[in-house]
Amino acid sequence: MTSSKVQVARQFIEAIPHSRDLGMQLTDLEDGIATILLPYDKKLIGDPDTGVIHGGAVSAVMDTCCGAAVMSHPSNPGGTATIDLRIDYMRAATPGQTIKTVATCYHVTRNVAFVRAVAMDADEENPVATATGTFTVEGRR
Amino acid sequence: MKRPEPVQVVKQRRDAALTGLVEGVPYIQYLGITFDRRGDELTGILPFDDKLIGNPLLPALHGGVTAAFLEVTAIITLSWSYLWEDIESGALDFALPDATPLPRLPKTIDFTVDYLRSGLPRDAYARARVNRCGRRYASVHVEGWQDNRDRLFAQATGHFLMPPRRD
Repeated sequence: MTSSKVQVARQFIEAIPHSRDLGMQLTDLEDGIATILLPYDKKLIGDPDTGVIHGGAVSAVMDTCCGAAVMSHPSNPGGTATIDLRIDYMRAATPGQTIKTVATCYHVTRNVAFVRAVAMDADEENPVATATGTFTVEGRR
Repeated sequence: MKRPEPVQVVKQRRDAALTGLVEGVPYIQYLGITFDRRGDELTGILPFDDKLIGNPLLPALHGGVTAAFLEVTAIITLSWSYLWEDIESGALDFALPDATPLPRLPKTIDFTVDYLRSGLPRDAYARARVNRCGRRYASVHVEGWQDNRDRLFAQATGHFLMPPRRD
């Protein structure tokens, strides 16, 4: 993947209104692997007693990251949409810490892209959540 | 013979409980989700907003918003069904200021979303069904639609860890 393509993909993802509104930052995108950061924010809180962010916010960043991974796959899909996404929540994210998600698009057929992803906070040895998903493959560019 | 409670008393108690569950959660407020109540049946409502867009070209709702909306509806419906008896008996009284701390809510173990159509740039609705609620684990199915109840744009199944009972 050339650096201009990375630029385009990065701009595309940063142009997603919801991702921008949540403050997502795409820090790495190459050959089917994407890294996106979600900084902690009070509006993401799901448990007001502890300040732990809502699972739905983790879903939003996982979905974006998986889609970005598909778009950056060397097979050059022209577009993609989520078919199915499963998220396993292993533990509560530590309040105040940035969530980092890394998604890998590990297989692409003519019609379907297969992706897995992991979400971490500062303790990267113990993931907060993992995801597996399938995505559509729209016309190749 | 005991007379039935006046209808306003019943409605006020149930609506206060629902408000207590929903309004204390910042992320639910951020997405703008509200709940419509008919007896014990809840319908989640996600009013459309530009900040919820995932694909600006179509435009379509962000897949993460859809997932979050279905997950919120599943958790609130599950909490509502397991707190129902305590709300009705008055053991949980949300009308008293600061008298009842918000009860612990179920925690998501896993959540699987099936995206059936792209979410259109308009209001979305969701209803959840608690298929099983045991002492420790629960399984919940939730359906989301927009214009037509029969044309779902997404559905999901989740498993939840129930909070310890307070008895």
